Amino acid sequence: MIVAEQKPFEDIYSYAKRHRRVLLLGCGTCVTVCMAGGEKEVGILASLVRLAARERNDDITVDEHTITRQCDAEFFDETTARKAADAEAVISMGCGVGVQFCAQRFPDKIVYPALNTKFYGATIEQGVWAERCAGCGECVLADFGGICPVARCSKSLLNGPCGGSQDGRCEVDPERVECAWQLIYERMEAMGRLEELEKIQPFKDWSQHRDGGPRTITREEVRL
Amino acid sequence: MNTTMLKAGSRLERILRSGRPVVTAELGPPKSADTDLIRRKAGYLRGVVDAANITDNQTAIVRMSSIGAALIAMQEGLEPVIQITCRDRNRLAVQSDVLGAYALGIRNVLCLTGDHQKFGNHPAAKNVFDMDSIQLVAMLRAMRDEKVFACGDEIRNSKKAPVVEPRMFIGAAANPFGDPFPFRVARLAKKVNAGADFIQTQCIYDMKRFRQWMQQVCDRGLHERVYILAGITPLKSLRMAEHMRDNVAGLTVPEEIIERLRGAENAAEEGERIAVEQIQELLQIPGVHGVHIMAIESEHIVPDLLKKAGLLPRPVVADPLHDAVTSGPEMLRDSVSGVAENRNRAAQPVG
Ligand code: SF4
Ligand code: SF4
Repeated sequence: MIVAEQKPFEDIYSYAKRHRRVLLLGCGTCVTVCMAGGEKEVGILASLVRLAARERNDDITVDEHTITRQCDAEFFDETTARKAADAEAVISMGCGVGVQFCAQRFPDKIVYPALNTKFYGATIEQGVWAERCAGCGECVLADFGGICPVARCSKSLLNGPCGGSQDGRCEVDPERVECAWQLIYERMEAMGRLEELEKIQPFKDWSQHRDGGPRTITREEVRL
Repeated sequence: MNTTMLKAGSRLERILRSGRPVVTAELGPPKSADTDLIRRKAGYLRGVVDAANITDNQTAIVRMSSIGAALIAMQEGLEPVIQITCRDRNRLAVQSDVLGAYALGIRNVLCLTGDHQKFGNHPAAKNVFDMDSIQLVAMLRAMRDEKVFACGDEIRNSKKAPVVEPRMFIGAAANPFGDPFPFRVARLAKKVNAGADFIQTQCIYDMKRFRQWMQQVCDRGLHERVYILAGITPLKSLRMAEHMRDNVAGLTVPEEIIERLRGAENAAEEGERIAVEQIQELLQIPGVHGVHIMAIESEHIVPDLLKKAGLLPRPVVADPLHDAVTSGPEMLRDSVSGVAENRNRAAQPVG
C-alpha cells in the first residue's frame, strides 16, 4: 500500500484557517490501512480543528466525508460533489494521488493535502510501517532473494553491501533500518544461492524509474 | 599480474609492479577555495609517499573537488589518486570528469560508494547512486580497455577522430571489518572481476580479523590479481580510539589498543608507535603490497611515521607523463616502454 502520515496539526490548521468552511475528505483504501487518512482519522482531525477554532476564536466550519478511494473517479459520487460544493476548500486526507484527483474533480476549489505521502510499504507491527518498494519500474527481486536492494538499501546498491553494514543494521539509521544486504545475504545463504551474489549486477536502467519522466501505462486490450 | 604492459603508467602502478611495498596517503582538500592548504599538505607528503589520495567530499562534507585539488597537488610534485563516489554523480558526470581528469594528467582513481549525505553538512541533499562502486570500476575499466563509454559508444569525438580513451589505474576500497564477514572477500572478488587494479582497505586496528580476511583473499588467489594496500589511521588520543570504536560503522578497535592508549603518558606518541608496529606487521602479511595512510587532518605526521616504519626514502621513478626514461631500475624502464607500446597499439578490446 501507499503509506502516509499526517502533517503536523498546525500545518493543517493553517490551511483550514484560510477559509470559513472546509471539507475534510478521507480515503478508504491505503491510508485507512496505515491509519493516516481513513474515516476514523477524518473524525479525529475534524474534532481537533473544531476545538482549536473554538479556543482561538476562529470561524471555521468543518464537514467530514470519506470515500472508498480518492484515486478512482468512480467513487467521487454526487454526495461528495455536493459536500465539496458547500465548502470553500477541500482538505484531502488521501495520498498525493488522491489530493490530485480531488483538485481535478473540484476545479473551482482550493485543495490542500493533510498528509505527507511517504512510500510503498507494509505494516511491520501495529504502529510501524516500512518501505518495501521504490517503484523502480523493472523489478529485480528475483536476483536478491525477494528483498529489494533498490528500496531497502540506503544507497540502492545492486552489488552491496557497503562498508557500513554492521550487526545487521544500516549505518544510515542503525536504530530503525536493517541492512538490506545483510538480509539478502542471509536469505540467499539459507537457500544455498550465495554463488549468485558473486555475479556482478550491471547498471540498472533508471529510465524505467521516475528518472525517465512521469510514467504511464497503456494497454490497448483493456481500453474501452 | 605479470602482463608486460602497464595499464595506465602511473607512478603508483609502476612501483606496485616493481614489487616494492608502496605507500599512499590521504590528502583531504580544504572546505574552501584555499589553495595554500593543499600546497602545505602536499609539502608534507612530497617525496614521502608514492601517491596521494585526494578525497571526494569525504563524509559528505563539501570540499574542493578532488580533481581541482589533485591538479594543485600535482603542481606541488605529488602524484594524485582522485577519488570518485557514487553519491554525487551519475554515469554522465563521472565519465566526463574522468575524461577531464585524464586530460589533465591524472592517472589513478579510487572508486567508492560514498558516505551517505546524512552524515555530512547537506543532509537534505538528493543523492544519486546511479551505480555502485563495482559498476563504477567496471565502467572505468571498459573505458580504458574496451575504449567505450557506458552506453557502448566509442570514445572518440567523431567517426574520423582518433579514439582517445582515459587510461586510469583503477582502485577500489575494501572493508574487511564490515558485515556480513564471510561475504567481504566475495565482494572483493567482485571488485577484482570488475577490473580493480588496486585496493585500499578501511583502516585496520583488529589485526586478527584482518589476517583472517587476508587468508581468505589469498585462498581465493585474489592477491595475485590485485594489489592490496592496507589502511592505517594513526590514533591521536584515547578519545579518538573510543570514537572510532563506538561511532564508526564497520570498524573495530580492539581493547588492547584502547588499553595501551589509556596507559600511555603521551597518547599521540603511543598512537604513532602503534601505527608503526602495525605498518611493519602488515607488510609481513602475505598478499599485502603496501600501506595507505589516512591521517585525517594530520598529514604532517606522515613523514615521521614512515621514517620510523623504515619506509623512507621512497623509490624514484620517472615522471609517468614523459616517456623518455634515462635512469632508474631496469624493470621500471621496461615498464615505461610498455606504456609507449600500449599507447601505440591499435584499438582493440583487452579482455
Ligand atoms: S526492484 Fe523495483 S519494483 Fe521490485 S520491489 Fe524493488 S523498487 Fe519495487
Ligand atoms: S549498510 Fe546495508 S543497507 Fe545501508 S547503505 Fe550499506 S549496504 Fe545499504
